[in-house]
Amino acid sequence: MPSYDTHTYDVLVIGAGGAGLRAAIEASAHGVSVGLVCKSLLGKAHTVMAEGGIAAALSYVDDRDNWKVHFADTMRGGQYLNNGRMAELHAKEAPERVLELEAWGALFDRTKDGRILQRNFGGHKYPRLVHVGDRTGLEMIRTLQDHGIYQGIAVHMECTITTLLKEEGRVVGAFGYEREKGRFLVFFAKAVILATGGIGRAYKITSNSWEYTGDGHALAFHAGAELMDMEFVQFHPTGMIWPPSVRGILVTEGVRGEGGILLNNQGRRFMFDDIPALYVNQTADNEEEGWRYTQGDKNARRPPELLTRDHVARCIVREIKEGRGTAHGGVLLDISWIKKKLPHAEDHIRKKLPGMYHQFLKLADIDITRQPMEVGPTTHYIMGGIRVDADTQMATVPGLFAAGECAAGLHGANRLGGNSLSDLLVFGKRAGEYAAQFAKENKSVTISGEHLDQYSREALRYFETEGADNSFQVQADLQDMMQDLVGIVRNEADMLRAVEELKKLKERAANVRVTGNREFNPGWHTALDLQNLLTVSEAVTLAALERKESLGAHFREDYPDRDEKSGKFNIVIRKSEEGWMELRQEALPELPAELQHIINEMK
Amino acid sequence: MPSATFQVQRGGAGGGRLETYTTEVAEGMVVLDAVLQIQAEQAPDLAVRWNCKAGRCGSCSAEINGMPKLMCMTRLSDLPPGKPILLQPMKAFPLIKDLVTDVSWNFRVKKMIKKFKPRPPDAADGTWRMAQEDVDRVQEFRKCIECFLCQDVCHVLREHHLFEEFIGPRFFVHVASLEMHPLDVEDRREELKKADGIGYCNITKCCTQVCPEDIHITDNAIIPLKERVVDKFYDPLKRLFGRWRGKK
Ligand SMILES: Cc1cc2nc3c(=O)[nH]c(=O)nc-3n(C[C@H](O)[C@H](O)[C@H](O)COP(=O)(O)OP(=O)(O)OC[C@H]3O[C@@H](n4cnc5c(N)ncnc54)[C@H](O)[C@@H]3O)c2cc1C
Ligand code: SF4
Ligand code: SF4
Ligand code: FES
Repeated sequence: MPSYDTHTYDVLVIGAGGAGLRAAIEASAHGVSVGLVCKSLLGKAHTVMAEGGIAAALSYVDDRDNWKVHFADTMRGGQYLNNGRMAELHAKEAPERVLELEAWGALFDRTKDGRILQRNFGGHKYPRLVHVGDRTGLEMIRTLQDHGIYQGIAVHMECTITTLLKEEGRVVGAFGYEREKGRFLVFFAKAVILATGGIGRAYKITSNSWEYTGDGHALAFHAGAELMDMEFVQFHPTGMIWPPSVRGILVTEGVRGEGGILLNNQGRRFMFDDIPALYVNQTADNEEEGWRYTQGDKNARRPPELLTRDHVARCIVREIKEGRGTAHGGVLLDISWIKKKLPHAEDHIRKKLPGMYHQFLKLADIDITRQPMEVGPTTHYIMGGIRVDADTQMATVPGLFAAGECAAGLHGANRLGGNSLSDLLVFGKRAGEYAAQFAKENKSVTISGEHLDQYSREALRYFETEGADNSFQVQADLQDMMQDLVGIVRNEADMLRAVEELKKLKERAANVRVTGNREFNPGWHTALDLQNLLTVSEAVTLAALERKESLGAHFREDYPDRDEKSGKFNIVIRKSEEGWMELRQEALPELPAELQHIINEMK
Repeated sequence: MPSATFQVQRGGAGGGRLETYTTEVAEGMVVLDAVLQIQAEQAPDLAVRWNCKAGRCGSCSAEINGMPKLMCMTRLSDLPPGKPILLQPMKAFPLIKDLVTDVSWNFRVKKMIKKFKPRPPDAADGTWRMAQEDVDRVQEFRKCIECFLCQDVCHVLREHHLFEEFIGPRFFVHVASLEMHPLDVEDRREELKKADGIGYCNITKCCTQVCPEDIHITDNAIIPLKERVVDKFYDPLKRLFGRWRGKK
């Protein structure tokens, strides 16, 4: 039997983005030993890329804001498919979590009176996003990292978990490998927290990095936990589209928050052409009012560019499909026009959006203070994920917790910008707290060496397979397929084809050929990640087939309309005894009367 | 389609060799695109770090034609046309494999620096008030993406290997971000002089030149820190210097 490098902790956190770091900090503050693993170096997780801000109803910029408004905005944005309790906890606790970051050294942009400045963002009624220019994620992850390193947390960088260990019906640890030498590692833990982020690598055009292969979703699924809302994949309306090599890189919604407008190739501000009924009352009906809103006029309503992401993305797709797109297949996003309104507009843009300025200048030869940007939708975020208890973040398997993007519930059918970073803080903390509690109440369990040998054989088999493809080819084909068949606009025929294609891709993926040895070998790592990517792609596709209606980010052209029955259930996925993916519809739990009352009040 | 030739350093600690790859290039391509294309099509075991592809995470540091740079922010069109492009890992750090080096030393160094310690809250609700001007100065330092290119280029580390005595420009930026933080009340001058080895820096400004975030590492972080250290510890040079400038 091979020997394994073994580590034992009370709580193991898988993932070192905002959610994982916050969870690790909290767990260790409760006096338990904590291990933290991540696929990249510390501080490089996706959270570092977040731009626009953290949503929290601090009400520093507009005193009409409070947790109830934030709650109602989140529910409306999610088409009421959200877990009400999570939306409530999130809205109530986000301000405290943000202030805590300040106490740990974060430096957010300030108001004139020296408090934290907040900006407008899509779907948020009042200016609510705490930010630092357009590098908010960096500020957040660095603050958590620089606080966390003094907490005695054992960090294992560049380690990938491939299997959760289960014994006596609960999760008791994890198995994985370290990238540098390719050695296997075993972690025993009384509680395990998944904070692995999203699945964006399932699509070709994406703002997500190589890490986002749905590992946590797949790990949980194979451990018997339930997934929920997997049909809801957010396509961010504005990704870069030209030159080809930058396709998909995000253009923050902050551009629109600062007054940026969307134009088609005829120079028409097309977002005014289609305003959804749910938002008519809150949307400006002329350009002047929209501009005043972005400049902080409390009596103005938001411009239609700041409608929810699902809607803006679909309007852009419509313009392009109907021939009003740009030469490279996008639309124009213009912030330079504010010159007409503001003195020193160029400096203002550079100050508010330094990252965007730099990114376009360097990568696309576009000076955004003078020229419009070409943009189109890009895969961004998954609302669905591991089903958790709202208060404790425990999954449906004991000992397993999940927080952040890999967990489901808060965002319903569509996430509002800024609600992810706050989600990470609020539920990262909760997961850490309850996992620590669970660890205190349970004993540690070890697992037989036989199982471990089996996991290592499974991981190493790719060095012996003789398939025709390498893992990158199969991954690219999967991304093309998902983009074409299960993208922004969906229909049954395409998705049935996708199901067939997935079968073929799975066979190819099982036989990909890996060259070289075990040391820092991306071809091998991708072969392993690919298995997870296929699992989540299947979950997305099956759930999208099952939901025969259009709701939030899920748009079915064969079922474009909504009816009374729309949005009354969640789709829950689980692994059957035989190993299949089993789907069922579960009626939405009824909202407590107080919460329903808030929603009615804010309609 | 046009193509470009790359000479990529391959291999682990045992020895590096240059391998030549030719790959198709398209408009706007950056070095990282080419590397990932080579990886996907010709060398799946080519080791490289990357995450954001947008200059935000600081993962893809390497030496391109001998210059420390982010691969994701270096356009092929900015390199000399028609010539092979030389790609090597950062030289200051131990090689792991191909373009990947062992940067773990940096993470250990950071832990030695005294953590942020805020003054008591200003307001009854436990919050602080800070003016944007005071925040601006420190926000410059907090832009750091920890790419470690400045560490790579600094001769104290690169040539003299004083890893035990000198924390390097990245961590002077970090100390500066703490020392000049409007809320911080900790004093780190003693360590700066001793454990951090700020005296080894002779202000060559090589670090500032390679910083992809345009942080004025020497002028805004290191020199003010040196002045603080001098203020604390009696230093005859400083008295002379001070008199010359006619200050204080
Ligand atoms: C470009 C961009 C801009 C964004 N802007 C905003 C914004 O302005 N506001 C907002 O609220 N949201 C924004 N988002 C969304 C938000 O950033 C993410 O949803 C959020 O950061 C996810 O955080 P997380 O902690 O769940 O996961 P991540 O930060 O992605 O971290 C995942 C961690 O899990 C680790 N991991 C994954 N799989 C494994 C495995 N098998 N073994 C070990 N470790 C593993 C990874 O290495 C990583 O450390 C943005 C997203 C992108 C891509
Ligand atoms: S200025 Fe100082 S820290 Fe920067 S490279 Fe030169 S010696 Fe190193
Ligand atoms: S200071 Fe600049 S060069 Fe140094 S690590 Fe930070 S971003 Fe990189
Ligand atoms: S990949 Fe993030 S900085 Fe280059």
